[in-house]
Amino acid sequence: MADAARSDSPREDTWRMGDRSFASRLLVGTGKYRDFDETRDAIAASGAEIVTVAIRRTNIGQDPGEPNLLDFLSPDRYTILPNTAGCYTAVDAVRTCRLARELLDGHNLVKLEVLGDEKTLFPDVPATLEAAKTLVDDGFEVMVYTSDDPIIAKRLEELGCVSVMPLAAPIGSGLGVRNPYNILEIVENAGVPILVDAGVGTASDAAVAMELGCDGVLMNTAIAGARDPVLMASAMNKAVQAGREAFLAGRIPRKRYASASSPVDGTFF
Amino acid sequence: MQVTVNGESTELADGCTALDLVRQLGLEGRRFAMEVNGEILSRSAHETHRLTPGDRVEVVHAVGGG
Repeated sequence: MADAARSDSPREDTWRMGDRSFASRLLVGTGKYRDFDETRDAIAASGAEIVTVAIRRTNIGQDPGEPNLLDFLSPDRYTILPNTAGCYTAVDAVRTCRLARELLDGHNLVKLEVLGDEKTLFPDVPATLEAAKTLVDDGFEVMVYTSDDPIIAKRLEELGCVSVMPLAAPIGSGLGVRNPYNILEIVENAGVPILVDAGVGTASDAAVAMELGCDGVLMNTAIAGARDPVLMASAMNKAVQAGREAFLAGRIPRKRYASASSPVDGTFF
Repeated sequence: MQVTVNGESTELADGCTALDLVRQLGLEGRRFAMEVNGEILSRSAHETHRLTPGDRVEVVHAVGGG
């Protein structure tokens, strides 16, 4: 991996999830943008290959010519990752995933989230475990949003999830990685890709997640809510790559006291 | 007959198929997924599946989300 990072093309540093391989380690959501043009431009600037979408009722009785998100984000170009956002029960989450699979012609990669509380949007972990098991048994490839609990992360991996995605902080909070030692513990024990999902506020937060050894970062609000979403998408693209390279390069240990960079010998004063 | 489509009571001709409903909604050729009474109704079955009074139909699509 380190050799790949040193080569001319950092894009050779790919990551795998199930049978799929990706170059970009930034995954982005499509919510909260001003319009589909801004969505498309921000996602292009992010360099993301995997983009999340939500599944909602079609507006009956509206203009049949109304543009559709997937007209702007072609499933031929992007790996579409339908989410179960807004689901508070395992049953609703499973139902949403089945509709998504039908919508996307049998595409079976999903982002599972079962929420437990409207104020924090923290996951309902027991319900998440239940839904994950049902979905894996039903042939889905499950990327799962969860708490930053290392034991639960391992359980979800053991259930057959293709990726485990602990939160950095509450969804949309922009607080950054609140519990780096838990994320580190999850990363070090993982046999599947670990992506930080939710809570990133700015580029340095994404870099921190990557420096901890995460395989990638998934975000939406940090980009869509920025004053200039397209510029922030570009910043996040670079931050994720920078954090990845720093992780591969191996940072120096933290020390309390100074260590001079210039030689002590040979001074003439 | 009355069926419920996305929570709204909707009048359909008796013996109407799922495809007839899709046409009535102006959704033919669009990307959507359909569920009838909580079960997925695959695209290949729209033409032959006859709806019955009281059916609960959901028609969904992809929207922006994180």
